[in-house]
Amino acid sequence: MIAAPSSGVNLHMFNSARLRIIGRRLLQAIPVIVLSTFIVFGLLKLVPGDVAVTLAGDNASDQRIAEIRELYGLNQPFFLQYGSWLWKAMHGDLSNSLISNESVLTSIQRCLPHTLLIVALALLTALIIGIPLGIAAATKPGSWIDSIVMAIASLGVAVPNFWLGMLLVAFFSLQLNWLPATGAAPLMKDPWAALSHAILPALALASGGIAEVARQLRSSLVEILSSQQVRTLHAKGLPPSSILWRHGLKNVSVNLLTVVSLLANRMLAATVVVEAVFAIPGMGGLIVNAAMHRDFPVVQGVVFAMVLIVVTLNLLTDILYSVLDPRISS
Amino acid sequence: MTDTVMISERRPRRFSGFARWFVTDIRGALSLTFLLALLLISILGPWISPYAPAAQDLDAAMAQMSPQHWLGADDLGRDTLSRLIYGGMASLYASFLAVTIAVMIGVPVGVLAGYLGGWVDTVISRVIDSFLSFPAIVLAIAVTGALGIGLTNGMISVGIVFSPQLARLVRARTLVVRNELYVDAARCFGGSTPRILWRHVLPNAIQPVIVQVTLLLAAALLAEASLSFLGLGIQPPDPSWGAMLARAYQNMEIAPEQMYPPGLAILFTALAFNTLGESLRVALDPTMKRN
Repeated sequence: MIAAPSSGVNLHMFNSARLRIIGRRLLQAIPVIVLSTFIVFGLLKLVPGDVAVTLAGDNASDQRIAEIRELYGLNQPFFLQYGSWLWKAMHGDLSNSLISNESVLTSIQRCLPHTLLIVALALLTALIIGIPLGIAAATKPGSWIDSIVMAIASLGVAVPNFWLGMLLVAFFSLQLNWLPATGAAPLMKDPWAALSHAILPALALASGGIAEVARQLRSSLVEILSSQQVRTLHAKGLPPSSILWRHGLKNVSVNLLTVVSLLANRMLAATVVVEAVFAIPGMGGLIVNAAMHRDFPVVQGVVFAMVLIVVTLNLLTDILYSVLDPRISS
Repeated sequence: MTDTVMISERRPRRFSGFARWFVTDIRGALSLTFLLALLLISILGPWISPYAPAAQDLDAAMAQMSPQHWLGADDLGRDTLSRLIYGGMASLYASFLAVTIAVMIGVPVGVLAGYLGGWVDTVISRVIDSFLSFPAIVLAIAVTGALGIGLTNGMISVGIVFSPQLARLVRARTLVVRNELYVDAARCFGGSTPRILWRHVLPNAIQPVIVQVTLLLAAALLAEASLSFLGLGIQPPDPSWGAMLARAYQNMEIAPEQMYPPGLAILFTALAFNTLGESLRVALDPTMKRN
């Protein structure tokens, strides 16, 4: 459908039908969150052998093993273990690291901002570069511009983010000395340092996103631009630029929203490896270290935090979706 | 008797279909050729690689490209070409392992959910949704942390993490297939549910899986590289492309050229899997074929 330019949409943004849809979405998210916590807790069940002995590590004292058994309530039935873990998690108690004894929540609060900064910057980069590429390709399908954009998209999906990160470091940091190679800075205290540290990792992370945005935008835009309605608009004598902006892009903006929420999920995953390249003290470093040393409370805490972020983003997307797309409320 | 006649009629047509595809779809054909060549090199690795992958020669440490070491050598003087060949073997094995596990879990779960419907479908679908909410690599790292570090454990984790994607795809396809007339017919003839699933539903629901599997092979290759790069996958001294990149990263300031061979190998292989997947999507899609 061609969206008519209307100013009245905003007034009806939260009519009762929409509110009902938003309510239903919120309800639908609950089982997903509950199941996710179940999966996070269930990770513990994958540990082979006696969990307490394995987690305590080599040469652990009997007392240490007993402590861990106590921590996870390993003597109790599974559902009681799960229940008490969930109860504590819901109150923000993700217990303490088995190695540093630091509260897991504190570690996450310390690491999450660095990760979020990179992911947000990468998403922005993906949109800023991907959207013009997608438009350029869609307006001239089959042309050489289209071929080049599609080639870039194929490369962007196939290139390992962390290798791209290494290339960026080699060129921009080691050779040109433009940007710092590794590390991070707190955004609030020193915004410029934080951004200069985040640019290269964000670029490395954005490659797949640029590809995905360009490709999705191209395919949905090509579909709309070749539709009957747009042909009518051409026949009406509307200039092509006005057709593209007012009718084409307005219609694909909703599709773009889906891509963004999908990308956020993928980037949160890919950032783990990219952070390793740039030695950023984010969630990636936290979980990799914890996984290596079987510091399970930290592993579970990070996974839990990540899944909460993704579920929340998906929910926001769904809600925005129902607000933006007039067809959904009817 | 009729069966044999039908097969002998069909076979040449199928072959010419493949030949036509191979000639017309240049990108697909190139990708397939590249991947087959890679597989061949991996299999022949022990015979064609110039050195043993872990053989150290400290005199050749950080060697540049030369007739002795075509692609140079790493900081321990291990021949990069040999490690690339053996690393390719490990990376391909890892990708196939992960995708096999994903298929073995995802396909039956998807078929069951789609065919049985009702509360089984609801429960399975919610579980799939939950799994898909986890950022893939993060969950794989967590599972590897639980199972224990190592290439095989790492790829089992990746397989588990990828399986919901296949399950969702197969479920959607099964929902369509189960209402087809031939499935009704099989049911009327008294076919048991397992037999109907195996003989009628699965073969007809599997086509999108072939495309998805090819694309997942690329994703698994990148996942292996990531896990090994982080030190959670293959363990030294065994090479994989990701592990080679980790080594090259440590020596980036002294020998930056060492990061090109494994990086390009990953890039081209992932690209080939993706391109082949897209080609298969077009080739297998009956609506596109007619155009």
